[in-house]
Amino acid sequence: MTVTPAASTGPLPRKAAPLAADLALTAGERRHARREVLRHRLTALLLVAPLLVFLAFAFIAPIGTMLFRSVHNPGVMQLIPQTLDAMSGWDDAGLPPAEARTAFAVELRALFGERRSGRLGEEINRVMPGASSTIQSTGRRLNGMPAAEVEADGADLLPTINATWGEPRIWRAMHEAGRTFTDRNFLTALDLERTPDGSIQPRASARIYIDLYVKTLRMALVITLLTVALGYPLAFFLAHQRASRANMLMIFVLLPFWTSLLVRTTAWITLLQTNGVVNSTLLRLGVIDRPLTLLYTEFATVLAMTHILLPFMVLPLYAVMRGIDPSYMRAAMSMGARPVRAWWSVYLPASLPGLSAGAMLVFIISVGYYITPALVGGTDGQMISNLIAFHMTESNNWGLAAALGTLLLALILAIYFLFDRLVGASNIKLG
Amino acid sequence: MTTARRLLAATVFAALALPVAAQDLTVVSYGGAYGAAQRKHMIEPFIAKTGKNVLFEDYSGGIAEMKAQVEAGNILWDVVDIEAIDLERACAEGLLESIPRDILPAGADGTAALEDFYADGLANECGVGVIFWSTIFAYNRDVFTAGGPQTIADLWDVAKFPGKRGFQRRPQVNLEWALIADGVPMDQVYEVLATPEGQDRAFASLDKIRGDIVWFDSWSQAPVLLNDGGASVVQSANGRIFAVVMDEKRPFEMIFDGQIFDIDVWAILKGSKNIDLAHEFIAFATGTEPLAGMQDVAYGPTRRSSNALIAPEVVPYLPSSHIDKGLRADGIFWADYGEALGERFNQWLLQ
Repeated sequence: MTVTPAASTGPLPRKAAPLAADLALTAGERRHARREVLRHRLTALLLVAPLLVFLAFAFIAPIGTMLFRSVHNPGVMQLIPQTLDAMSGWDDAGLPPAEARTAFAVELRALFGERRSGRLGEEINRVMPGASSTIQSTGRRLNGMPAAEVEADGADLLPTINATWGEPRIWRAMHEAGRTFTDRNFLTALDLERTPDGSIQPRASARIYIDLYVKTLRMALVITLLTVALGYPLAFFLAHQRASRANMLMIFVLLPFWTSLLVRTTAWITLLQTNGVVNSTLLRLGVIDRPLTLLYTEFATVLAMTHILLPFMVLPLYAVMRGIDPSYMRAAMSMGARPVRAWWSVYLPASLPGLSAGAMLVFIISVGYYITPALVGGTDGQMISNLIAFHMTESNNWGLAAALGTLLLALILAIYFLFDRLVGASNIKLG
Repeated sequence: MTTARRLLAATVFAALALPVAAQDLTVVSYGGAYGAAQRKHMIEPFIAKTGKNVLFEDYSGGIAEMKAQVEAGNILWDVVDIEAIDLERACAEGLLESIPRDILPAGADGTAALEDFYADGLANECGVGVIFWSTIFAYNRDVFTAGGPQTIADLWDVAKFPGKRGFQRRPQVNLEWALIADGVPMDQVYEVLATPEGQDRAFASLDKIRGDIVWFDSWSQAPVLLNDGGASVVQSANGRIFAVVMDEKRPFEMIFDGQIFDIDVWAILKGSKNIDLAHEFIAFATGTEPLAGMQDVAYGPTRRSSNALIAPEVVPYLPSSHIDKGLRADGIFWADYGEALGERFNQWLLQ
């Protein structure tokens, strides 16, 4: 991580200064040396070029477009350009000028005819919940009126169709939704909203996303601690077996790892459902007298994810523990330390790189986990990625999904940074 | 040289194979017992008659998937079975093609198509009616040995009838029922639901049984939940319960009180590349005989001429035999309020 530029570009630049002073080299020799360096760099670049191209197309470009989409919102501008144009001088106080309102009536009528008013309703509804029904029903009524009448006095017609058009708030919402660049998605993702006078305040309707971020982090933390509690003793045990036996036992750790994620998740559904294996066993043993609700809960999500992510904890731990010389522990104990003390001051610090790597892997993977909570989590056990998927595929609010995803990315980077500060990223060892 | 030739052959083959694949008609419906009936009476006879290949797939309803396809310009489906409660909105948002009426054949008794169809079946230009069906609730007699809930108010009475309620995860039907349970007369449900106070009232009513609801996504999950004990009462399309009662003799009781009846239509996704074939399919599948075949799952036909083919023992299970006990789903209401109430419903779920 701490490679200096000088080291990566070969020995010449570092020596360039003394060489320049040393007049023993001719200009031609210097030119030749420079060309040699350039050739080396070019070869190096060519070697990594496929990877760079791949990263640019598969990683940087999609993430870049996603980040951009969270602030770029041209939809409304394309739907009602004339209305927004007529509104451009309006300062959000009172009703917009009559010409803007008439332009809107004409454009809405046309949009309904082309069956695009639903898209407009959807966009404005995101700024003012409930607006889409006003827009759709007004569009339906306008469509039944002659074009000339709408063009002549659209501004006065609108409030007679729906009283909401007489209020400034829907026009303000339209004005706001019509901005091509907006911070609205990020505000919504942080459960904030902008008041009519431009200041920012917590959203009046329910607080959803912050709670969900907190819940996601809490669940990821619980899962990480559970995998440590289960994985550390297991890795310790495996690391202190004879190599042949350890390899055989390792198969049992790896076997689920090789099994499809979907299969393992579905297996948990079979185990946990109302008349599933767990409930029927407990009922038969007389421990409970009516089935427990296990599936479609947060408990089910944590349980299944702990199982699925356990190998990510065990493997780095095992690799690091295999490399710890057993004589250290013996030395500590021969000098009078009790086993627990010897483990605490000698073994634990030595195994810490594996523990850090495992914890980091499990935590980051579980923060962004999607499929398992979607299948076994019901409404309780949903995580932030499920909501991102919901906005991508169901509510079609890609801007908000992008903002939520960007925040998640920033959150993970922040956690990594914090981890680097506290533990040191160089302390991560995968084996 | 051989490698180059092989590559060339593969390219030519791929180029030839693509248009062939594009001619397969993709028909999407709800699967389960209803899907099986459609496969038997509509899809397979159509394949046998025309020799065209049809891909028959499942979805769990709603307009989101169609919207994603149309907005992304990546049209994967051609013909879709869609509930009229969503049809008005899908059509108004430009997700569907309008279907010319002159493609529809006359009924088996010679009645012209426009007279043969019930008016509701052709009410929207984007769809041609397939079935009359209704959303009912059903309970397991093994769970409620002393008699189960008989009305929507009973359904909301968790003290008297304890147990999980399986509802479909969407605002439609649930908000109507929430108001009926709260005492709103059936003929005023949509009027009340159009007001902000009425919406608050519906969500407050849902709040009362919130902890007792198990949400499912697809209609085919309803009988499964009732069967494996995941829920004691489920909301279901009437045919799904009818099929398991008839075929598997399960002890399930269907309650038609408060039924929300609706029609399903065949519609064509906007931008479909197989419009002609889609027209041919819809014309065939909404003929007198294929429509009568839907009685396998107790769904009523949308053509008058199909009534002659309905077996008398199925009649008591058809939604049309209980029309006075329920209300008609209002597609126009949901076209106007679907977006706003859908968002509020999802927020309510997450609270």
